[in-house]
Amino acid sequence: MAENIGELSRRGILRLSALAGAGLAVGACDVGGSGKGDGGGQGTGEGKITALFMKQAGYSEDDINAMTAEFQKAYPKITVEPSFVAYEALHDKIVAAAPAGTFDVVLIDVIWPAEFGSKRIVTDVSDQFPASWKTGMLGGALSTASYHNRYYGVPWILDTKYLFYNTDMLARAGVDPASLSTWDGVLAAARALKDKNVVELPLVWSWKQAEALVCDYTQLVGAFGGKFLSDDGKSVAFNSGGGLRALEFMKQTLDAKLSNPNSMESLEEDVRKIFSDGQAAMALNWTYMFNAANDPQQSKIAGKVGVATTPAGTSGGPGVNGSMALSVSSGSKNQKAAWTYVSYMTSAGVQNKYAKSSLPCWSTSYDDSQVVAALPQVVPVAKKQLASLIERPQVPRYNEISLILQAELQNALLGKKTPQKALDDAAGAGRSLLS
Amino acid sequence: MTAAQTSRPAPVSAGRGAHPPASRRPRARRVKLGQVRLALLLLLPAAVVVFGVVLYPAGRALVISFYAVDSPFPGTYPFVGLRNYTEVLADRRLWTAVEHTFYFTAVSTALELVLGLGLAKLLAAPLRMRWLFRAVVVLPWALPTIVNGAMWRWILNAQYGVANALLTTLHLQDGYRSWLGTDPFLALNMVVVADVWKNTSLVAFFLLAGLQTIPQDLYEAARVDGAGPIRSFFRITVPLLLPSIALVLVLRTIEAFKVFDIVYVMTGGGPASGTQTVTFFTYLQAFSAQRFSVGAALAYLTVLTILALALLYLRLLRQAELSAP
Amino acid sequence: MRPTRGYRIFIHAAALVTSIVILAPFAWLLYSSVVGQTDLVSRPMRWVPEHVTLARYREIFAGGGTSAGAAFRAAMVNSVLVGAGTVLVSLTAGVLGGYALARLRFPLRRTTLLSFLVAYMLPPITLIIPMYLLMSRFGLLDTKAGLIVVYCSLATPFALWNMSNFFGSLPAELEDAARVDGCSRLGALVRVILPLSRPGIMATGLYAFLLCWDEFLYSLIFTSTSQAKTIPVAIAEFTGRNAVDFGLIAAGGLLASLPPVVLTIVFQRYLISGLATGAVKG
Repeated sequence: MAENIGELSRRGILRLSALAGAGLAVGACDVGGSGKGDGGGQGTGEGKITALFMKQAGYSEDDINAMTAEFQKAYPKITVEPSFVAYEALHDKIVAAAPAGTFDVVLIDVIWPAEFGSKRIVTDVSDQFPASWKTGMLGGALSTASYHNRYYGVPWILDTKYLFYNTDMLARAGVDPASLSTWDGVLAAARALKDKNVVELPLVWSWKQAEALVCDYTQLVGAFGGKFLSDDGKSVAFNSGGGLRALEFMKQTLDAKLSNPNSMESLEEDVRKIFSDGQAAMALNWTYMFNAANDPQQSKIAGKVGVATTPAGTSGGPGVNGSMALSVSSGSKNQKAAWTYVSYMTSAGVQNKYAKSSLPCWSTSYDDSQVVAALPQVVPVAKKQLASLIERPQVPRYNEISLILQAELQNALLGKKTPQKALDDAAGAGRSLLS
Repeated sequence: MTAAQTSRPAPVSAGRGAHPPASRRPRARRVKLGQVRLALLLLLPAAVVVFGVVLYPAGRALVISFYAVDSPFPGTYPFVGLRNYTEVLADRRLWTAVEHTFYFTAVSTALELVLGLGLAKLLAAPLRMRWLFRAVVVLPWALPTIVNGAMWRWILNAQYGVANALLTTLHLQDGYRSWLGTDPFLALNMVVVADVWKNTSLVAFFLLAGLQTIPQDLYEAARVDGAGPIRSFFRITVPLLLPSIALVLVLRTIEAFKVFDIVYVMTGGGPASGTQTVTFFTYLQAFSAQRFSVGAALAYLTVLTILALALLYLRLLRQAELSAP
Repeated sequence: MRPTRGYRIFIHAAALVTSIVILAPFAWLLYSSVVGQTDLVSRPMRWVPEHVTLARYREIFAGGGTSAGAAFRAAMVNSVLVGAGTVLVSLTAGVLGGYALARLRFPLRRTTLLSFLVAYMLPPITLIIPMYLLMSRFGLLDTKAGLIVVYCSLATPFALWNMSNFFGSLPAELEDAARVDGCSRLGALVRVILPLSRPGIMATGLYAFLLCWDEFLYSLIFTSTSQAKTIPVAIAEFTGRNAVDFGLIAAGGLLASLPPVVLTIVFQRYLISGLATGAVKG
C-alpha cells in the first residue's frame, strides 16, 4: 500500500506534469498573438454566406426562409445558408464561432453591441450606414445597434413591452382604460379590481432572476426619470433618484398585495400564461403576447385583450428596448455580400410584408396600409411607444452588471435587503465594471 | 481499487486468490517489459480518443488562466500570473456557489448511493415481469435532462403546478406555495429532488453490474453459517461491491460538481442566486461575461477540488476494503 | 436459495412503490402532452381536461418542412447514430484499456486511470471555444462524426474504469486456463473474459449511450442544422424566445425516452451474468 501511495506522489506527479506540459505547450501557441479578430475580409460581394438567426423570434423560420429566397432571386450571385438556434444559444454560439468565422451574418440582441463591438466580434458598419436611414428609422430603433456613436448592425426586429389589460375585468370593476396612462392610475385600478373582488392579484410581472427582471426594472426607471449611468458613463446612477424610486415602487406593489408574489419565479411566458388564464388583470409584456392572449387555443380570454403604451411615472413612459439587429461578423470573409444581405432584409419593403410577425423599424411603415392591416389594434399603440424607448446600459461588461443587478433586485423584492441597500450594493459591485 | 489487483482478497472465498507460481519469477523481467509494451498498446485507443480531443483545449485553458483573456480571439494578452485565481477566490459569490455545490453534491450523491443500492438489489431480485420493471427503471435516466428540468419546474410551479394542486386537494397543505421562487434553500432542495429522481437509475445499473461479480455461493455459505440477510449484506455485499461504489461515488461527485443543465432550466441560478453552483457561476463568468481567463481559473480550481475529493474517497474506501474481515 | 413468501411479497411491494415514484412524473408528462394549453395552466387544476388533443403528436410525427416535428425526427435519428457510434468506440477503447489496467503489470497504473478521470473533471464550458476551433479546422462542425469524437472523450474514462473493475473481479484462473490451452492474451480476452463481462459491458454501453442522449452544451454549440442536431437541442428549440408550450416539450421528452428503454428491454439478459448465479465456479 505504501508503495502505491508513493507511486502517486513521485512518479505520478512526474507523469501528470509531463501530460500537463504537453498540453501547455500546445495551448500556449495561441496566446502569443496572431491578430485580434480581424481575420475577415470584404470579399467579392458574391458567393456563399451563412447567417445565424433565432428560432421563433418575431419572424418565423418560414418568414426568414421566404425573405431569403426572394433575396436570392434579386441577387442571384449570392447564396445564403441560414441556421436557426434557440435564443439562449445565440450569444454563446456567436462568441464560440467568432474565432472560426463560421457565420457571416448574425442576429444580435440590443444588449450586445457594446460587448461585441468592443471585442470586435461584429464589424463597425457606420461607414456604410446611409444618412437617410438615420432619419427614416424610428428613433427608438436606431439606438438598438449603436455603441459609442458607431453602428454595429442594422435594427431589424423591434420590440418593447406594452401594458396589456383584460378589458372584461376592467369593465366589471368600472375602471376606464384611459386611466392606465400613469402608474398611479394603474395602482388605483388594481386596488379597485381587488376591492371589488374581480381578481385577487391584479398585477403580474416577470421578476425571476433573469434578464427579464432587469427589463421590467428598466421600464420603471424610465418612468420615474431615473438613469442607469451618469451622463459621462463613468459612474453608476441607479441607486438614487428614479432608479431607487422604481425599485421601491416594485416592492410596494408586492407589499400591498397588488402584485402576484409568484412574479418572483416568472418569466415572460409565465406572465402570458397567468394573464391568459384570467388570473391577472394587467401585465407588461412583449408584442408577442397580444396574438398569444387572443388565441382561443392558448387563452381563455381571447378577444378581451387590450393593449396600451406603458404607463408614465413622474417622468415620461418609455418602453424598454428589447429589439434585435442584424450584424456582419468580423470573421466573415465575405463582408460585402453579407452587408448586401443585411440591407435587403432590413429594408422597409421586406419588413412591411411580414409586419404581422414583427413590427417594422421605419416610421413611414406605420402609415402603410399593409402594416396597419396586419395588427390593427397594436400598430397605433406601437407607433407611439416605439418612438420613445429606454436602453439598458450600453457598456462592454453589461452582462456582468446585469447579473449583479438581477441578484440584488431579487434580494430587495424578497425582503432580504432594503431597496436602498440592495441598489447600493449593486452599485458598489458594478462600479469597477464600468471602466 | 480493484484495478490494481488481479484477484480478490483471499479470506473471502476459496479458489479466487491464487498468485502466480514461483517458477515464473526468473522470467519476470522479460515478461514485465512485454507487459508494459502490451499495456501501452492497449491503452493507446483510449488515450487517443480522450487526450486527442481534450489536450489542446485543456492546455489552452490552463495557459489563459494566467493571462487576462477577455475575448474569444487569439491575440496578445497581458500576463497576470496568479491574479485570476486570487481574484476569483476572493469573490464572495464564488463561496456561496461553493456552499451550494457542496450541499448539492453531498446530499444528492448520498441519496443516489443509498437508494441506488436498494434499487440495484431489486433489479436483481426474482420479480415477476422483471423485464418490465427494468424498463421502468431506465425511464428517468433516459429522459433528457432539459426535459427533466422543465418538467419539475412545471410540476412545482407556484401558480398552476400539479404538486401544489395535488397537495392542496389532499389537504396536505393549506394553499399553493412557491417551491422555486422565494426560498433559495427550498429551491436548492427541489433541484436535488429532480437530480436524484433522474440519476438513481444510473447508480442502480452500475451497482447491479457490480453485484453480478459476487458469486451466489458466498451467500449460501453465509446462510449455512447462520447469517441473516442484513448481516450478509454488510459483510459480503458491501465489501465486495466497494469497487463499484467507489466508481459510482467518484462519477456522481464529478457530475454533481459539473451540474449545469438542470440548474439552467429549472431555476436559472435563482432565487437570489440560491441555486447557483460553481459550474453555473463559471458559465456566467466564462461565457456570459466573456472573462475567459477567470473561467479557466475557476475550472482548474474545480478540477483540483474534485480530484482531492476523489483521492479522498479512494483512500477511504481502500482502507475500508482492507479492514473488512 | 428459495425465496420465502415474505421475501417475495416484500420485493414486489418495493418494486411497486418504486415504479409509482418513477412513473408519476411520467404520467404527468403524458397528461400534459395530450391536454390543451389552457388546461395546463388552470387554477384550480382541472383534473378532467376541457380539451384533449393529439395535435402535438401529429406535429411530431407528421410535421413537415420547418416544423418542430421535422426537426425532432431528424434529431432522433442523429441521436441514435451518434449514440451508437460513441458506444462502439468508447466500449472498444474501454475494453482494451480496461484489460490492461486490470491484468497487466506496468508502472503508474493508478496514475494513468486518474489522468483519464481528470480529463473528465474539466467543465466543458471552459474547453468549448478551443474545441470549437479544433472542430472547425478539421471540418467536424455540424457533423455527427464530430459529436461522436467529442462524446467518446467524455464516455471513455469511466468506460475504462468500469471495465477494469469488472475484469479485475473475474478469477485469473479462467484466463490462465485458456492461455495454457494456447490462446494469446487477446484471444483469451475475447473468448473467455468478454462473454463473462456482459453486465459490465451492458452498464458501460448504456452509460455511454445515455451520455450522448442527454448531452446538451456541446451539441448546442457545435451543431447548427438538422444534419447533426441531437434531441436535447431539438427539444430546447421547441421554445421560442418567450413562448413555451410545455405540452410539446412533454411529448418530445416522452418520445425521446423510448429508444433507450427499448434497448434495455432488448439487451436485458446481459444485465445478469452467469457468474453471480454460480454457473461458473471460481
